[in-house]
Amino acid sequence: MSEVIHAGQQDDHHDDHHDHGPDKGLARWLFTTNHKDIGTLYLWFSFAMFLVGGVMALVIRTELFQPGLQFVNPEFFNQMTTNHGLIMVFGAIMPAFVGLANWLVPMQVGAPDMALPRMNNLSFWILPFAFGIMISTLFMEGGGPNFGWTFYAPLSTTYAPDSVTFFIFAVHLMGASSIMGSINIIATILNMRAPGMTLMKMPLFIWTWLITAYLLIAVMPVLAGAVTMMLFDIHFGTSFFNAAGGGDPVMFQHIFWFFGHPEVYIMILPAFGVISHIIPAFARKTLFGYDSMVYAVASIAFLSFIVWAHHMFTVGMPLAGQLFFMYTTMLIAIPTGVKVFNWTATMWRGSMTFETPMLFAIAFVVLFTIGGFSGLMLAITPVDYQYHDTYFVVAHFHYVLVPGALFSIIAAVYFWFPKWTGKMYNETLGKLHFWLSFIGVNITFFPQHFSGLAGMPRRIPDYPLQFADFNMVSSVGAFIFGFSQLFFLYVIIHGIRSGTPAKARAWEGAKGLEWTLPSPAPYHSFTHPPKVTDEEVHA
Amino acid sequence: MKQRISLAGGLLSLLMAGVATADELNLRPGVTDISQQVYDLHMIILVICVFIGIAVFGVMFWSVIHHRRSAGYEAAKFHESTKLELAWTIVPTLILIGMAIPATQVLVAMYDTGGEDMTVEVRGYQWKWQYKYLDDDYNNTFSFFSNMATTQDEIQNRSAKGENYLLEVDNPLRIPSNRKVRFLVTSEDVIHAWWVPDFGIKRDAVPGMLNELWTVVEEPGIYRGQCTELCGKDHGFMPVVVEVMEEADFDAWYAEEVANESVRQEALSKTFTHEELMEQGEEVYGTFCASCHQPNGQGLPPVFPSLVGSPYIVGPRDDHIKMVIEGVPGTAMQAFGRQLDAAQLAAVVHYERHSWGNDSDDITQPRDVIELSGE
Repeated sequence: MSEVIHAGQQDDHHDDHHDHGPDKGLARWLFTTNHKDIGTLYLWFSFAMFLVGGVMALVIRTELFQPGLQFVNPEFFNQMTTNHGLIMVFGAIMPAFVGLANWLVPMQVGAPDMALPRMNNLSFWILPFAFGIMISTLFMEGGGPNFGWTFYAPLSTTYAPDSVTFFIFAVHLMGASSIMGSINIIATILNMRAPGMTLMKMPLFIWTWLITAYLLIAVMPVLAGAVTMMLFDIHFGTSFFNAAGGGDPVMFQHIFWFFGHPEVYIMILPAFGVISHIIPAFARKTLFGYDSMVYAVASIAFLSFIVWAHHMFTVGMPLAGQLFFMYTTMLIAIPTGVKVFNWTATMWRGSMTFETPMLFAIAFVVLFTIGGFSGLMLAITPVDYQYHDTYFVVAHFHYVLVPGALFSIIAAVYFWFPKWTGKMYNETLGKLHFWLSFIGVNITFFPQHFSGLAGMPRRIPDYPLQFADFNMVSSVGAFIFGFSQLFFLYVIIHGIRSGTPAKARAWEGAKGLEWTLPSPAPYHSFTHPPKVTDEEVHA
Repeated sequence: MKQRISLAGGLLSLLMAGVATADELNLRPGVTDISQQVYDLHMIILVICVFIGIAVFGVMFWSVIHHRRSAGYEAAKFHESTKLELAWTIVPTLILIGMAIPATQVLVAMYDTGGEDMTVEVRGYQWKWQYKYLDDDYNNTFSFFSNMATTQDEIQNRSAKGENYLLEVDNPLRIPSNRKVRFLVTSEDVIHAWWVPDFGIKRDAVPGMLNELWTVVEEPGIYRGQCTELCGKDHGFMPVVVEVMEEADFDAWYAEEVANESVRQEALSKTFTHEELMEQGEEVYGTFCASCHQPNGQGLPPVFPSLVGSPYIVGPRDDHIKMVIEGVPGTAMQAFGRQLDAAQLAAVVHYERHSWGNDSDDITQPRDVIELSGE
């Protein structure tokens, strides 16, 4: 603020404008172009979607508590698995990361706001409509999407419920929102960095989001292409995916996974960035191997474009194709390993404390690595024939998405909460939330490795008797995990209302320009470019 | 400390041995040479992953326990080491190459098609399998459907569940032991996946595509699996059951079935009574129609329309027959002309026109169906 005071007479009017802050009431949120307000909207929206998707998960787990059909019919069960997947991927994880980017990118690069604030508003406000449309299909005649979040043709075209058209429209809207969000993030990072912050001095959260944004721009149009072809097959008599008309259902899968695999990394790369901030802060030690972290993320992003058919090993490909996709997939283990080793080396000989963000970060490294191991096993084509479309796959991707992506988001919320609100959450409550989540997530998903290996297919509403024990355990875990996220909500609200005031540098070991701002951060982050010192950014 | 480590190591290997042997916890070794190779490969990779995990997490937890501020530990200053970073790039690369070699060998062995003793076409339908024995001597006509045999009472918890709940069918696929059997896998509607875990084989059944698989099973027995690609409402209810018979038994069974086949062909020119048609029609309806249109004919509107007073049933009979033969494009109503023979089609049409209060005054014979499908 000292610069503001010394800025002189001419700037006073300008500064007054900045000081009077946001509009009052609903207008503030509807018309806001402020990166913090929009970040807050994204985060609350994603939390709401997380609860909606979570209720669907609990419907699934309730039905699977015991063999036999008890609560829902198979048709509705399929709608639940489909919408759970779509809402968690597109409604919870992705918007949460965009919300984090909105809050953090301007503060971390030393900018006043995002580069394109009006588009920022639009890209958020599209989302409630997109998900409103998608969720409304559940109440339409014939039901909502029931073909899995991967919506393989022809189940999603010729055999789909009528509501599929609304689903296609919703996917288009989500794609438009993501593309606008990405453009904004790229423009901000490339143009609005404070003087002295060269590319290789950028915080890792910035690096990972920059690369993620490029991935989004590359693949969202591919997804849009896939759903547009579906639309034409359904309504305009084309046969892109209809074998009877000369089309090819397998082509749908190639297109979908050319989008889908980079999409998987879109949901994990920003998580890598978050963890790379939290571990050094609580180990009180500089991140180990900054350069190799950046190169590892770039390598993973590149590889994500040439591994897609490992999702389709059983579809019937020539031997050479199988081998290519097996080898490229195995390669991903190398940069991913580098990241895990670097985090471990950062912790090594640090002076660690274990506040809630650090607990979530350590759990992230351990449990994400377990998901990485099962990913490596799935890469081995001949064995994948046995794992493919079983609960082993379900366990794998939940390990990388729940204690992976989701834990990193929760860790980020706890870590930057004092900066956002100016208050400290209650540490005891935060730790309790961590342990409940940690125990719940493992009880839910670890047994699914076993039921998958024993042969339980995924996406079934009922199962043979030998899978009964593990399903029961998994359902109990799901309820523990689900309700501990309501507790998370309580911890956050409690922190906002009655947390103790936070210091500017809320965590003594935290580095980065955002910690040079007061807590809570001013409505417009850096009205004057900050001085980039080696102390605050990677040297 | 050393003692503690060896104790932990002992416990761990005990645990892993337990995991490896318990059916409920691990992949099945299966009964074929391929499935055994797959199992061995799975164990190699699993053990490597477990040991890497122990090493990495071991270092991490050692650090968590010792390098904490509450223990008075001061943070070190280092933040890079080219040697270390090279090491943990190169060593994993070597380990991966070590994994890729056996994986490639097994995959190449799996692709060793050709030289088969017999071929079976496996065709997925919503929600059943059809097996056709491709045999030029019999014009490739011998085929049958394999439907789940588990009753609705068991599924709806109205009666006790049997041992093979959801894994039992009316007609299992039968193949001989010790012969190389080739499967051509395809689908009639959406994508399904045909999987027999004990054989170590799984392949998607894709409409318009023929996928190739093969197996040689030495041990006669009954082997069970399930459809593994989401294929709609009853995806969880289309089991795969294969009965592997002694060679001589199989040959005898096959000869008898093929002989029955000619009896079936004769039925197509017979004239049946109302009672005969109703009896056979009820059976066909229960197997092919009831999962959508429901046993009471009420359907599940709007996706699966009710047959009670349906315009097709009240209207001219020939339209009804044609609709069943050709299906309704763009809906879940399949073209049953490709799944059922004229005698079965006649019976089911007759049954529908005389059940649940439907009361037409006509009778439908196989020749009526043949006439219409000839057009």
